[in-house]
Amino acid sequence: MAASLDWVALIVFVALFVLVTGLGFIAARWRKGDLGLLDEWGLGGRRFGTVVTWFLLGGDLYTAYTFIAVPALMFGAGAIGFFAVPYATITYALMFVAFPRLWSVARKHGYVTAADFVRGRFDSRTLALAIATTGIIATMPYIALQLVGIEVVLAGLGVHGEWPLIIAFVILAAYTYTSGLRAPALIAVVKDLLIYVTIAVAIVVIPMHLGGFGAIFASVDTAKLTLASATDSNMGSQAAYATLAFGSALALFLYPHAITGVLSSSSRNVIKRNAVALPAYSIALGLIALLGYMALAAGVKDMPQYASGFARFGANYAVPALFLQVFPSWFVGIAFAAIAIGALVPAAIMSIACANLFTRNIYKEYWKPGCTPKQESQMAKIVSLVVKLGALVFILAFPQQYAIQLQLLGGIWMSQTLPTVIFGLYTRKLHPRALLIGWAGGIAAGTAMAASLDFKGSIYPLHIFGWTIPCYAALSALALNIAITVILSVVFNAATRGRTRVDATVATDYA
Amino acid sequence: MTQDSGNAPKRAHRRFRPVYLILLIPVFAALWTPFYNRVEPSIAGVPFFYWYQLLWVPLSAIVLFFIYRTEPRDKGRE
Repeated sequence: MAASLDWVALIVFVALFVLVTGLGFIAARWRKGDLGLLDEWGLGGRRFGTVVTWFLLGGDLYTAYTFIAVPALMFGAGAIGFFAVPYATITYALMFVAFPRLWSVARKHGYVTAADFVRGRFDSRTLALAIATTGIIATMPYIALQLVGIEVVLAGLGVHGEWPLIIAFVILAAYTYTSGLRAPALIAVVKDLLIYVTIAVAIVVIPMHLGGFGAIFASVDTAKLTLASATDSNMGSQAAYATLAFGSALALFLYPHAITGVLSSSSRNVIKRNAVALPAYSIALGLIALLGYMALAAGVKDMPQYASGFARFGANYAVPALFLQVFPSWFVGIAFAAIAIGALVPAAIMSIACANLFTRNIYKEYWKPGCTPKQESQMAKIVSLVVKLGALVFILAFPQQYAIQLQLLGGIWMSQTLPTVIFGLYTRKLHPRALLIGWAGGIAAGTAMAASLDFKGSIYPLHIFGWTIPCYAALSALALNIAITVILSVVFNAATRGRTRVDATVATDYA
Repeated sequence: MTQDSGNAPKRAHRRFRPVYLILLIPVFAALWTPFYNRVEPSIAGVPFFYWYQLLWVPLSAIVLFFIYRTEPRDKGRE
């Protein structure tokens, strides 16, 4: 019963939680460095090798919310939820090609954030501020959503009230403060092992319960099993699916927490090897997505014992209900701990990434340019606390729907930093003012599209030459952004011919 | 504008290598929905739509691994 306390599951859950809390504090002494330096606290000293980076990025990109929301989308909407799989296929190709360049230039000049790079490359404080602010604002709701992941499993365990969530977050805040990026890096190892065990068991045990994969897919409404076909004038959900996968893939590595993970690695080859090895998580994610269909086949939706969970969390309760239905209590404890710990790792990295951005690109740039390295790292530690506290208050004070809608907007906004950050890695020809106006135009257009959909979705139908093309708003806004940037760059560069801009970087820095 | 000085190291201009174009194959394979938006041929009850896309995850990793192996080694940078 979801409503009453499941003691066995709860004890296993709490034991695992205590274990990672210990690891979080011990992490401060792991690969010891001077935690009074931002490089050490906020990037782990840029010393993480292939294996640690693999766990760190895997723990970072595949969040608890992903584990809850992707199967929930499959459970509710069907095939469209599977876009997470082609999305990952594309994003690692981008990681492989572009991000070793960012790593090299960041290492050379001591850049800790993407906005640091923008500041050096384009010599524009305003453009750097725009990039930093976008990153912070897009990441905050993402942290809040990790809390939803914890809330869902706590409800599944029969734990009520707000205090367990508050305790979990205070602990998280404390070890992030003391250990910096080392804490999530170490905890990610435990988290990933738990996730892999859970998936391996789920993918074998659940189909056995339900009569095999044939029976599972047979229980899905045929119309939802594939994407709706295109008609003569409407490209239908196939276009939505492809643009969603492509647009999300472009945005993923622009997020501050992804960039923090990339910059903390010890060499450019570590990044390339990880682009090869990280797809292992995508297979896991694909299998997790199928849990949504398994929940359909198990019929948990209509069982009275899960009614209160579905009433409170909607489709997000599908996976916890499925686990409660088919697993013995002790394994429910392991699986739920995997999800909850899966929320702590990205929440820690995201808050560190936001702290790095605020400290480097707002505090040091505008407020206290002469601050010592020690003051800089102290500021970052405090900001990481404030950011997490903000997320906690947000999730407790406002309806969950707000965080979900803001996260959706965040993806659209984050994409608009692509011309500055990614194109900037390859060319200095784009004019900073053009990039800034393009960024503003993209954000305005993307927000307007989302607003016209009442912030309920991000697939905006474009009408081109008599065709209706449902397109992910981030992608169409980005196209507008790029067009503005290129056209205005030509204009501004022509107007300022002869005058050269200062570029702190040279071509060799990127190699 | 700042240009690289003459005595810059050899890998100064990491030139575009055509082998990277192979990456367009997994990207295209993952995005061309009309090709894979179907139920048959299914394997052990899993519709084509699902196993095809899952299959491309390791295939794209193999493509990336192949490209990684063709990279000139960065000596002394490990």
